[in-house]
Amino acid sequence: MTAATLAELAAGLAAGSYSSVELTRAALRRVEQAQPQLNALISITAEGALADAAAADARRAAGHAGPLTGVPMIHKDIFCTAGVLTTCASRMLSNFVSPYDATVVTRLKQAGMVMIGKANMDEFAMGSSNETSHYGPVRNPWDTSRVPGGSSGGSAAAVAARLAPLATATDTGGSIRQPASLCGVTGLKPTYGRVSRYGMIAFASSLDQAGVITVSAEDAALTLQAMAGFDPRDSTSVDAPVPDYRAALDAPLAGLTIGILKEFFGAGLQPEVEAPVRAALERFRALGAAVKEVSLPSLPLSVPTYYVVAPAECSSNLARFDGVRFGHRCADPKDLHDLYKRSRAEGFGAEVKRRIMTGTYVLSAGYYDAYYLKAQKVRALINNDFLRAFGEVDLLLGPTAPTPAFGLGDKTADPITMYLNDIYTIGANLAGLPAMSIPCGFAGRLPVGVQLIGPHFGEARLLAAAHRFQQETDWHLKSPPGFAEGFA
Amino acid sequence: MSGEWETVIGLEIHAQLATRTKIFSGSPTAYGAEPNTQADLVDLGYPGVLPVLNGAAVRMAVQFGLAVDATIARRSVFARKNYFYPDLPKGYQISQYELPIVAQGHLDVMQEDGTVRRVGITRAHLEEDAGKSLHEGHVGVSAIDLNRAGTPLVEIVSEPDMRSAKEAIAYMKKVHTLVRYLGICDGNMQEGSFRCDANVSVRRRGEMKFGTRAELKNLNSFRFVEKAINHEVQRQIELIESGGKVVQETRLYDSDKDETRPMRTKEEANDYRYFPDPDLLPVVLDEAFIEAQRQGLPELPDQKAARFVQQYGIPAYDAQVLTASREMAAFYEEVAAAVPGETKLAANWVMGEFSAALNKDGLDVGASRLGARQLGGLLARIADDTISGKLAKEVFEVMWADRSDADAVIEARGLKQITDSGAIGRLIDDIMAANPKQLADYRSGKDKLFGFFVGQAMKASGGKANPALLNELLKKKLAP
Repeated sequence: MTAATLAELAAGLAAGSYSSVELTRAALRRVEQAQPQLNALISITAEGALADAAAADARRAAGHAGPLTGVPMIHKDIFCTAGVLTTCASRMLSNFVSPYDATVVTRLKQAGMVMIGKANMDEFAMGSSNETSHYGPVRNPWDTSRVPGGSSGGSAAAVAARLAPLATATDTGGSIRQPASLCGVTGLKPTYGRVSRYGMIAFASSLDQAGVITVSAEDAALTLQAMAGFDPRDSTSVDAPVPDYRAALDAPLAGLTIGILKEFFGAGLQPEVEAPVRAALERFRALGAAVKEVSLPSLPLSVPTYYVVAPAECSSNLARFDGVRFGHRCADPKDLHDLYKRSRAEGFGAEVKRRIMTGTYVLSAGYYDAYYLKAQKVRALINNDFLRAFGEVDLLLGPTAPTPAFGLGDKTADPITMYLNDIYTIGANLAGLPAMSIPCGFAGRLPVGVQLIGPHFGEARLLAAAHRFQQETDWHLKSPPGFAEGFA
Repeated sequence: MSGEWETVIGLEIHAQLATRTKIFSGSPTAYGAEPNTQADLVDLGYPGVLPVLNGAAVRMAVQFGLAVDATIARRSVFARKNYFYPDLPKGYQISQYELPIVAQGHLDVMQEDGTVRRVGITRAHLEEDAGKSLHEGHVGVSAIDLNRAGTPLVEIVSEPDMRSAKEAIAYMKKVHTLVRYLGICDGNMQEGSFRCDANVSVRRRGEMKFGTRAELKNLNSFRFVEKAINHEVQRQIELIESGGKVVQETRLYDSDKDETRPMRTKEEANDYRYFPDPDLLPVVLDEAFIEAQRQGLPELPDQKAARFVQQYGIPAYDAQVLTASREMAAFYEEVAAAVPGETKLAANWVMGEFSAALNKDGLDVGASRLGARQLGGLLARIADDTISGKLAKEVFEVMWADRSDADAVIEARGLKQITDSGAIGRLIDDIMAANPKQLADYRSGKDKLFGFFVGQAMKASGGKANPALLNELLKKKLAP
């Protein structure tokens, strides 16, 4: 039997069909094989993984295994992992071994998961194609001449190629959902504050949210269960009870109203993407959901708003990378300014520098009101639009990205074109809403995702809707030719 | 010439809050540890770490606000002040900018001449301290100590309400007194727990507009504040009078050379790019919390001074001096209780001999060589005429040196005052017999010789004769 999902893998482990050590060895073999083609990982932690797997097997033998115990997984290299290189895909941190674990890492470790490596990503999570990584681009397993999306491109490609059943990811403007869409996997960005940001290297603190990329919504529910919850180390994490997401998966779709976002179906959306998204909508209708068109008039302003707020926060968050205490330091600095200037000039890539400069500009005296303050006001309007919409509907539906995976190098010359790839995902970040991308069909050989957005802390409803859809469809079970079809 | 000029001063005081741990991390705040042993990953600004606000710092800032009759913000916001410096690990300092926790307070400050000046407090906000760059003992490199990084500070910004260095010092001392009363700052200026920047400008008397100001930094003692301000005022006046113009700039006070020199001009000033810190939620305080803090306030210096005037009947100036610290005030009250009805005597001694002895030995009240009851015991012997005030000073010196009680010293040295009129009368008789010429001269009208007889008699008694009684008997006996 081939375990196609995390849930099936967990069941196999529980039944004793295989050990965690066996699963981990197999996963490491797949990683070794795929790495030259995909470049999905920055670090492979074979030794630690096998030790953790053995410990997980012992824990199971002792009768203390949980649903995730012994399952191999991958962390996006934005999460600090004690004793393991944590690079954020930047030359700046190419020598940084974290002295501590991020809360997400701790929680999944406590659940008994086995980390087999750290996923490649856009440098400091800034990018939509994984091409800004210091470690080279990740390639899309469906077509290795194309990008996997970004910034969690390594996480999405790894799950799509079935290297591991789950990879953690982060989403600041679509960095979980867009690569999930482009790689044909399930991506969940929880509500801002649902999962701790402690130990997750900050890009834009008011937007960053940790989540997960999996094969199925059920797998996402299982993982979120372990990741979510208040963390006293993160003041912006929310002290609210964590519902039983798996138990909520079977909620029926009947009685649910799905809003289709008028603004998401305009010019710029490729017809070959629109078709499977509309088909998904029809499927939801057939499953009993009511459908209603809603308009969020402020939403078209989300891209410019985002590209003021996110760079502003990034310009400040990345100031700590100064060559003084950790990370890259230039050779033979002649004085303090030389140390700062060359360490940062050498350590950061072009896109990161562009955003630091943009952010510095919008926060500067004389520009703050016109840019940063105005952007915050527009952000409040967008949030209000969403709140109003959720007064009428239970979930919102639209495309995740305007196009399927594009070719490597196609958009690198024009940052604005690249930024527009996040046009449908940014709104949920600005409003702090939970959102998912789930596979809903293909544009030619390339997968297409449909996006569902829920109200604040509406993860259970979101996951249930996605799960019901996945029970009726098998788009999420399609794996790219040439890669494994399952995990065991 | 300088009489035409008016000085305008505003102070920014940084008081380190006496919390056990730092404002955004769990590291201890104790001073003097080995470099970098009291800095955790949050203080070091490691990738991925996040600040968590220390509630004790919030309570202390609120207590300060209530003590200066200020508005306590129901919602205040932490902001990032962005600049690069090696001892600023994150590349920004977490402070408060547009919405500080305390605004619009004031302090009434008594001047040396007894008049009271009200100084407005524009705002007081919470922020974290930076680390320290160490240059001494390191050749060719700078070392960084981040033990201080993240120590909570309240920055208290005054209105430009002070008109002389003396007024500025009086205000600063008042703030110093207040934070120590509240127990929110140890006030130790040598360790940098209480520091001050001064904004100084001059204008011609009668002019409404303020002159261009210079900001003086690095003023870490009351004396330096006074010297630096006076120096800066003189510099500005001379500059303007010789046709120059004051430029807005930051100047550093060099206590070795007693001069200020430019650090950076307005044009060179950092653009700090303040914006609300997205890692921290706004601080929201409800009425019940604020009321609880108000209820928990100790008796404040002004309240205590007013009570002293009322309860002990001492002058306002004495009350002000005696309430300069909680410890001194408590000491006075204990002394006063030991000699009922002699509150002014107690005030004179506590402010006089006792304070002088402390100063001489560089001691705080808490470390005094004599307890309040011991001093009270001495004053009781003055009050009941056992010894004279003059002898009491000698007794005090012995007590201070030996940590002994007054009665023991008086007993051991036989200093007990002679109040027996028979004994004094005999003494006088002997002196009259020994000095027949002086006696004759006195009786023939040389009144001034009375002092001679007092002196001789006092000397013969070893200083122990009760002065009033001696006078009385002398007058009687010397009379022709």
